[in-house]
Amino acid sequence: MSESGSIIYLDGVTVSFDGFKALQEVDFYVDHGELRALIGPNGAGKTTLLDAICGKVKPDHGRVVFGQATELHKLEEHEITMMGIGRKFQTPSVFQNMTLFDNLTLATRHERGVFANLFHTLNRAQRDHIMSTLQTLGLEDKAHQQAGILSHGQIQWLEIGMVLVQDPTLFLLDEPVAGMTREEREKTSELLQWLAKDHAVLVVEHDMEFVRQTADRVTVLHEGQVLCEGSVEHVKSDPRVVEVYLGRG
Amino acid sequence: MQPTQSQNMKNSAKGTWITAGLLVLILLIGLPLGHHYGWITNYSLNLFSKYLALAILALGMDLIWGYTGILSLGQAIFFGLGAYVMGMNLMLESSGQGVYGEAIPDFMVWNRLTELPLYWLPFKSFPIAVIGSIAVPALAAAAIGFLTFRRRVGGTYFAILTQAIAFATWLMFNRNEMNLGGTNGLTDFKLILGYALSEPNTQWALYMLTAFLLIACYVGCRWLTGSKIGLIMTAIRDQEPRLRFLGYPIAQYKIFIFSVAGALSGLAGALYVTQVGIITPSQIGVLPSLEIVVWVAFGGRNSLIGAMIGAVGINAARSVLTAQFPEWWPIILGGLFVIVVLLLPNGIVGLPRQLWHGLRHLRGRSSAGRQPGPQARQRPVERPSVNPSTR
Repeated sequence: MSESGSIIYLDGVTVSFDGFKALQEVDFYVDHGELRALIGPNGAGKTTLLDAICGKVKPDHGRVVFGQATELHKLEEHEITMMGIGRKFQTPSVFQNMTLFDNLTLATRHERGVFANLFHTLNRAQRDHIMSTLQTLGLEDKAHQQAGILSHGQIQWLEIGMVLVQDPTLFLLDEPVAGMTREEREKTSELLQWLAKDHAVLVVEHDMEFVRQTADRVTVLHEGQVLCEGSVEHVKSDPRVVEVYLGRG
Repeated sequence: MQPTQSQNMKNSAKGTWITAGLLVLILLIGLPLGHHYGWITNYSLNLFSKYLALAILALGMDLIWGYTGILSLGQAIFFGLGAYVMGMNLMLESSGQGVYGEAIPDFMVWNRLTELPLYWLPFKSFPIAVIGSIAVPALAAAAIGFLTFRRRVGGTYFAILTQAIAFATWLMFNRNEMNLGGTNGLTDFKLILGYALSEPNTQWALYMLTAFLLIACYVGCRWLTGSKIGLIMTAIRDQEPRLRFLGYPIAQYKIFIFSVAGALSGLAGALYVTQVGIITPSQIGVLPSLEIVVWVAFGGRNSLIGAMIGAVGINAARSVLTAQFPEWWPIILGGLFVIVVLLLPNGIVGLPRQLWHGLRHLRGRSSAGRQPGPQARQRPVERPSVNPSTR
């Protein structure tokens, strides 16, 4: 059973690839309204943890529970997404040959079946929602240009935008500020904090400054296990963390 | 002021109607007039009609390959299924007029059958045969898609699998036990709906029907690719994993579009067999399937018009060249494919734009200090990896 109030709960999750244990008996949960940062050295298992939640990998042992009692590890990826989990990937993956508007059209919250989409055109509300999301991201002037022309930071934002219009309950963001300028990082930090008020946001990041600015709580992963968890200050001063994950940011 | 999405769709719709109008002008008005005044012979019209049927087949191929990124090396299976279903009806229409004067086709008499096999019976009816020539291949495609796409079989493996199925189908249809004419196939049709197939008027009517259906299928395909489904198809082609994590049941879409292509192929087969007068297993297997790919690649797989041009163009070339240089045709066909792979990634239809970009690139190089275009934004990680995770 999930902890009361938590949106996502990993219960003793183990994921191994050909014998290599990427996650070992991980117990982890994020509450609704929380902005959690997931940090750790490379190879710690951060991305694997996100993969286990959204169904990209299946745990060998343990459960992944969403909301009250939905066991995610039994579902397929698209079903998990439709339950209300939006993922932004580490390497930005938007549809480069389409306009920004079309990218968001695909992501917009709507039925996903073939016949539901056969005659589907966006209604006024959905169109406005897409345009206002583009405005929030500062990309509305490029709405009808191909996504391939965007800068790296803008592609990150577009992908964040794509997750936004899905209107998920849980946001999984893998390195959202990689490659961004200082202003872009601050803007993203504000955006995520605003999002976290009504959702749950789980961010994997290496940029400690960003984590300090943005996160409520931090979980440190090391070699597939949770090393330490708590506020930014608590984690920073933990000797184990200092030993393992020194001097970033 | 940038156009809104509905504006883009309106422009695209306008383009469709203009092209459709042009096609109507050329195929439904121009050529028949030419035929009426004797500039185009009956033979030529009939031959051209055959090309138009193959253009419908190419449209199906383009939908799955050009737009959705599914390479099928077995589309001739569905073409053949449609042709055989229609062929069964045409054979039964001519019953009693075979060499043996029996109610069942000649080859069944040779095989010492005394009555029609059960699965031939439904196709005695023309409406059922017409529906069947579209439905049977569509269902076969759906079945193959169901067994493969849900298991995430894609890319090269899917291509090889379809090729294997094409080969197996060819082997099956060759066997006399199938009671589909074996190696000789179905032929010697005399009537359709009571009209003699050899009559020029019948052939003219079939030409008009084929041309009309081609234009209708073109408009339908344009609508599909311009709609939300078209966006989804492109997304599947370009970044399937990303689309999966947007909540889309990818397999459903692939099965759907594969079935649509199957239906189009079956329709093409039915029109083809009626006008060519014969269908044999040699038109079902591996080589015919590969040819379809060459037509679409050559014409331009990012464009429906390209697919049609490729189909008509290569088949017309084949008719002309195999008359003059029969041994050279396989070499020419192979050569065309190599040229497309090496030089014309967007086919003939993409050639003007390719030349335009090439010219601009040359001019850009010759004048120094020119403002770099979007191509300059080449970063080491320019193309997002197909696999969104680090692994």
